[in-house]
Amino acid sequence: MSSREKILAAVKKNQPALEVMATYTQPEREEDLLQQYSTVLQAIGGTAVIVNTMAEVTHYLKEMWMGKGRIVSTVPGLQDLAEIAGETDPHQFENVELAIVPAHFGVAENGAVWVTEELLQQRVLPFITQNLAVILPKENLVATMHHAYDRIGNASYGFGTFIAGPSKTADIEQSLVLGAHGSKSMTVFLL
Amino acid sequence: MKKDHAQLSADFNANEPRVNWHDETLWWIRQKRDKAANTLPEWEELREAASAVKYHTLSNLSEYLQQFEANAHRNGITVHWAADAAEHNHIVCTILKEQGIKRIVKSKSMLTEECHLNPYLAENGIEVIDTDLGERIVQLADEPPSHIVLPCIHKKKEEIGELFHEHLGTAKGEADPQVLTAAARLHLRETFLTRRGALTGVNFAIAETGEFVVCTNEGNADMGAHLADVHIACMGIEKLIPLRQHLGIYLRLLTRSATGQPQTTYSSHFRSPRPGQQMHIVLVDNGRSTQLGREEFRNSLKCIRCGACMNTCPVYRRSGGHSYHTAIAGPIGAILAPNLDMKQYADLPFASTLCGSCSNVCPVKIDIHDQLYKWRQVLMKDGQGGAMKTASMKVMNFTLSSPGVYRTAGKAGRWFLRNVPFVVNNPLNPWYKQRDMPEAPQQSFGEWYKQNRKQ
Amino acid sequence: MRVGLFIPCYVDQFYPNAGIATLQLLEKLGVEVVYPANQTCCGQPMANSGYEHLTEGCNRLFVDQFGDFDYIVSPSGSCVLHVKDHLHLHDREAEATVVRSKVWEITAFLTDVLKVEKLPGRFPHKVGLHQSCHGQRGLKLASMSELVAPKFSKPLQLLNMVEGLELIPLKREDECCGFGGTFCVTEEAVSVKMGKDRVEDHLEHGAEYITGTDMSCLMHMEGILRRKNSNVKVMHIAEILNAGS
Repeated sequence: MSSREKILAAVKKNQPALEVMATYTQPEREEDLLQQYSTVLQAIGGTAVIVNTMAEVTHYLKEMWMGKGRIVSTVPGLQDLAEIAGETDPHQFENVELAIVPAHFGVAENGAVWVTEELLQQRVLPFITQNLAVILPKENLVATMHHAYDRIGNASYGFGTFIAGPSKTADIEQSLVLGAHGSKSMTVFLL
Repeated sequence: MKKDHAQLSADFNANEPRVNWHDETLWWIRQKRDKAANTLPEWEELREAASAVKYHTLSNLSEYLQQFEANAHRNGITVHWAADAAEHNHIVCTILKEQGIKRIVKSKSMLTEECHLNPYLAENGIEVIDTDLGERIVQLADEPPSHIVLPCIHKKKEEIGELFHEHLGTAKGEADPQVLTAAARLHLRETFLTRRGALTGVNFAIAETGEFVVCTNEGNADMGAHLADVHIACMGIEKLIPLRQHLGIYLRLLTRSATGQPQTTYSSHFRSPRPGQQMHIVLVDNGRSTQLGREEFRNSLKCIRCGACMNTCPVYRRSGGHSYHTAIAGPIGAILAPNLDMKQYADLPFASTLCGSCSNVCPVKIDIHDQLYKWRQVLMKDGQGGAMKTASMKVMNFTLSSPGVYRTAGKAGRWFLRNVPFVVNNPLNPWYKQRDMPEAPQQSFGEWYKQNRKQ
Repeated sequence: MRVGLFIPCYVDQFYPNAGIATLQLLEKLGVEVVYPANQTCCGQPMANSGYEHLTEGCNRLFVDQFGDFDYIVSPSGSCVLHVKDHLHLHDREAEATVVRSKVWEITAFLTDVLKVEKLPGRFPHKVGLHQSCHGQRGLKLASMSELVAPKFSKPLQLLNMVEGLELIPLKREDECCGFGGTFCVTEEAVSVKMGKDRVEDHLEHGAEYITGTDMSCLMHMEGILRRKNSNVKVMHIAEILNAGS
């Protein structure tokens, strides 16, 4: 008997009588999602910038990042600022200083954005870049992770991730340090 | 004979200021957890739901495992089954050898600690670099992790500075966490970019979609997996949940319980390999199906490895993770380990006052302290009292040298206390080592009652 | 209402005053109380050591001694919890079940059964309340810091009725003291460290007395206080509730 059969047989024999699947319903609350999202993102080390046009985004990023290193983008319309991230070997992104990506939506309770690989071109991009900028339409905010998964539904993606702030660690004596292995900063433009 | 929890924690307590530091550090995390939990008025309902969904999953686990396997296969992932630690290690090693990979990066996986994968791969000529900062630190120190979420919580920054000076060339005496973390970032970037194989753990696997979720704050799992040609994800069979939407419940609870953050920085959902990449999942039993059959203990398989029970445990905080001499320390480790080896871990269910704080913080409502009590019964019935001989002797000593269990013994006890104090107040009595005995009263309650109330 | 007074063995032998105070307090409140003379031990020391299967004798005696009362009341949360959770008799399980359902810890009995709203006592001292875990988390005598739930405390509710008593705050409101039954000797090092830390929290906040619902925790802390020659005293909550009247 293969290990597969052995394990499945043991599990089947030992599992308790079938219990019905529980459900959970999140209570709906009146909340200012934009305010909550911005507050939480700041609290976890990110920066929330509320803007009205893409021109403002370009202006902000130019001021901050022009001339500081390689900038790549998967957002159209930023040609005079960034190169378009094409389908390449992921290792080729190792020297990226700033990556600019769009997000499907943001989650107010934890400051996260949901991105999938078709928005990233390469999965590694938001991790390998030294700094991350995210473009997120204001109306695409949801309250909690339950709402987030309602929104994702049965979408088909090869890879998707919630990103909540810059990479961080507190492994040394619980001292919080931003910039462990992933991006050292995260700026979310709420458009 | 190997030292047991009592001896190891006595060693740990030889340095009281360090115990205070360890206790305060973990208590601080417990307080952050309380704060985070209290931001959600629905916290207790969430725990209830998390517990119930896990129980449902366990009650239908054989089906969900097959569903997950079929969906993962459809997504282009190769699924392997390992009955025990040895088979798990063999599978991982074989995949790597077939691809000619001699050096890999690994993000945190308590399962691979449980299976002792690193030494096995080393024996087979494969180098493993742990990439979680805390795990890298204990790897450099050649120690096991002392906590499932905070692997080097037992180490002071000066000691880490010394390790980094020796291995990574940082300045002598440098102990600033900011500087040390930056040094590790540089060192590990180079590593990520040059390794063709990456191993990760799994936080949740979804039967419905065949995807799995890996949570990190550092981004190390993603850096490894997305740069490697081969991604191997190792998981215990209890990591399954039925539906993608159930992640909403667990991700809300996991990090709030673990560190008090609303969520980990990265919650990555791997559904299929990227073009040209190989992705493998190793489903590991290693005693889990046995635990599933133990009615009193099967709830321990609900664990989502948040570490909250360790942070709150007054014993763990004052004895350190290594005193549990097993991969998973603390209260949860003490109810998991005897399932793997009753003899070796017979001491662990006794490393508790049964205060119950662990069960209260557990986000999936495992009745941890009740299971500790129940393991004690199972172990003693199984004859493991042999392994607990010293302890039993101490218990007997206590019974004889403390307030009598029965009236006659009690009388003798008080007489001795009043008249021959050295009999009880003897340094061999562990009670007396650092505590005084109560003063003996003139009369017991029973005697007083007889004199003062009509019978 | 006929109440059987259950005095744990170590209270009987070492802290008779806690038993006397419990008896007097109940009598003062008009309850008919009887102390069955042949009671011994609830069996918890054995059970917590993994020998619950050897406690049948204790259980039989307990059911014999207490089976006929309307309520069984005890000044020990821990012993009450043990009876509630683990008292079984294979040949008299129906009786055992009744006994389990009518055993009460003294403070809960005062607040929930007698619904006491005032007490005549006076105790003009600074007092720290140690929440013994088995009473608090096991019998739910008070809310627990781990749970997201409304705050309450039955012992505190009663202490607040005592004139002149000043309750001191604690840094850690419900940390275990480290007694833990046989744990106090099998894990001596950690047990003592926990006790020292718990005592220190009370001392730092100026307690003159440490009180609680379990004499065993207090015995452990008293041992530490006496060793360091502190003049801070431990006192069972029943003694404070019964004081000065």
